[in-house]
Amino acid sequence: MVRFENVGLRYGLGPEILRDLSFAIPAHSFQFLTGPSGAGKTSLLRLLFLSLRPTRGLVNLFGKDVSLLSKDQVANLRKRIGIVLQDFRLLDHMTTYENVALPFRVMGRDESSYRREVIDLLKWVGLGERMDALPPILSGGEKQRAAIARAVISRPQLLLADEPTGSVDPTLGRRLLRLFIELNKSGTAVIIATHDITLMDQYEARRLVLHQGRLHIYE
Amino acid sequence: MNKIGREHVPLVDLGHERPQVSANARNMSPIVPRASISGRALVAVVAIMTFLASITTGAVLLVSASAAEWQSEVASEITIQIRPTAGRDLERDASAAVETMRTQAGIVEVRPFSKEESAKLLEPWLGSGLSIEQLPVPRVIVARVQPGTTLDLAALRTRITQVAPSASVDDHRAWIERMRSMTGATVFAGIGILALVIVATIISVSFATRGAMAANRPIVEVLHFVGAADSYIANRFLRHFLMLGLEGGLIGGGIAMLFFGFSESIASWFSGTPVGDQFAALLGTFSLRPSGYLVLALQAVLIAAITAWASRRTLFATLDDVD
Repeated sequence: MVRFENVGLRYGLGPEILRDLSFAIPAHSFQFLTGPSGAGKTSLLRLLFLSLRPTRGLVNLFGKDVSLLSKDQVANLRKRIGIVLQDFRLLDHMTTYENVALPFRVMGRDESSYRREVIDLLKWVGLGERMDALPPILSGGEKQRAAIARAVISRPQLLLADEPTGSVDPTLGRRLLRLFIELNKSGTAVIIATHDITLMDQYEARRLVLHQGRLHIYE
Repeated sequence: MNKIGREHVPLVDLGHERPQVSANARNMSPIVPRASISGRALVAVVAIMTFLASITTGAVLLVSASAAEWQSEVASEITIQIRPTAGRDLERDASAAVETMRTQAGIVEVRPFSKEESAKLLEPWLGSGLSIEQLPVPRVIVARVQPGTTLDLAALRTRITQVAPSASVDDHRAWIERMRSMTGATVFAGIGILALVIVATIISVSFATRGAMAANRPIVEVLHFVGAADSYIANRFLRHFLMLGLEGGLIGGGIAMLFFGFSESIASWFSGTPVGDQFAALLGTFSLRPSGYLVLALQAVLIAAITAWASRRTLFATLDDVD
């Protein structure tokens, strides 16, 4: 599904922050991406989401060399990827329901065709009572859950999550991990970038560890 | 993964916790909030630009219509002037010239000015009460040419001078040429002003679009995250800018049309005054023809379309930067 070969990344003329990354993410797989702060976890997620292009090396996503993709092709590939960012990126003028339903709306689907699915998911992540609330009045944890719900609602083939349980209590953290596991069982490949050892210990999965710009894989 | 097969299968099973879902569709917020686009300034800019463009076009249409009218009037006339000379009978020469003109093909009317009419023409300069017999006043004959006829002026001049050697024949060619160059210069200046107005509109609209896009950058980024193509995002903004352009064009074009509609009445208040009469002589009744109003309406639509085009161009350039 994803294949990196000798990938390197630098910002401008700065030092190379990711070096010689060669790995594969198989379909239906589950992995944690971890490493110390500044190791390049977010940059690697952005490479996987095609919002950054590598300085060198080959990135192959869903069988396509990303260096050859047009903007429209990138947009189409992104529809198959869900992403949860640390700063949530919710739209403040839309309700929680509308934010979560946004991927379906962009696909041009009729509201009645996805309404039940969105409401069920919001209930599952504990936002059933906050469906009509606007993001500015949501707590940090609520915003995080809304962002996760938006990333998983269209059941992407690849889910990327950057510290998805950083702002929630351990109970809710476990519940969200269960959501990711269920999503994985239904066929989605999941990559969770996290510092949280407790979270990683709850589920037996492959670990990708970034250290000094290089990747070490523990199966 | 079979995407179609799982579309209506819920991602999570809530069992008895399942909430009651209303059968009615929810009112969804627009993806780009209308209030976040500084529309009022853009409408004002487009309205002012359309008004200026319409006034320029209207004035050009009035001048060229009046000039065309003068030209056709003057071009269809020939003036023959017979000066008194020693040893010639002025009356006889004038009658001979009139007869010659009447037999000329293409001439539909010949009108010699009588002594009294000639005196009347000179009255503004010489005053009334003068005996014209004591002055060497030339006799004037005006001939009207059939429209569309091309006269051989040299041959006509030879025939006239054979019967009246002191006659001169004038077809007003120099006057028409001067009129033509004046009208041309007016139309050229009008087109220049229109071009400037259109360029200013494009620049203003581009800045307004860029400002709106900068204010909505987080929305654009999120739309990219959920897989929206540039064309999808651009269309969300473009519809809004087209409506703003049409609104501005309608206001500016509408006010300009009202201006020309009422200018006829305003001009009539000044009729009889020296200024009013001069304007009436220059521009006729100050009224635009129906085709003129149609041109103004088309121009307003054109400016709205230019607004949308400039927005679209800026939108795609900005979207390239955002990604």
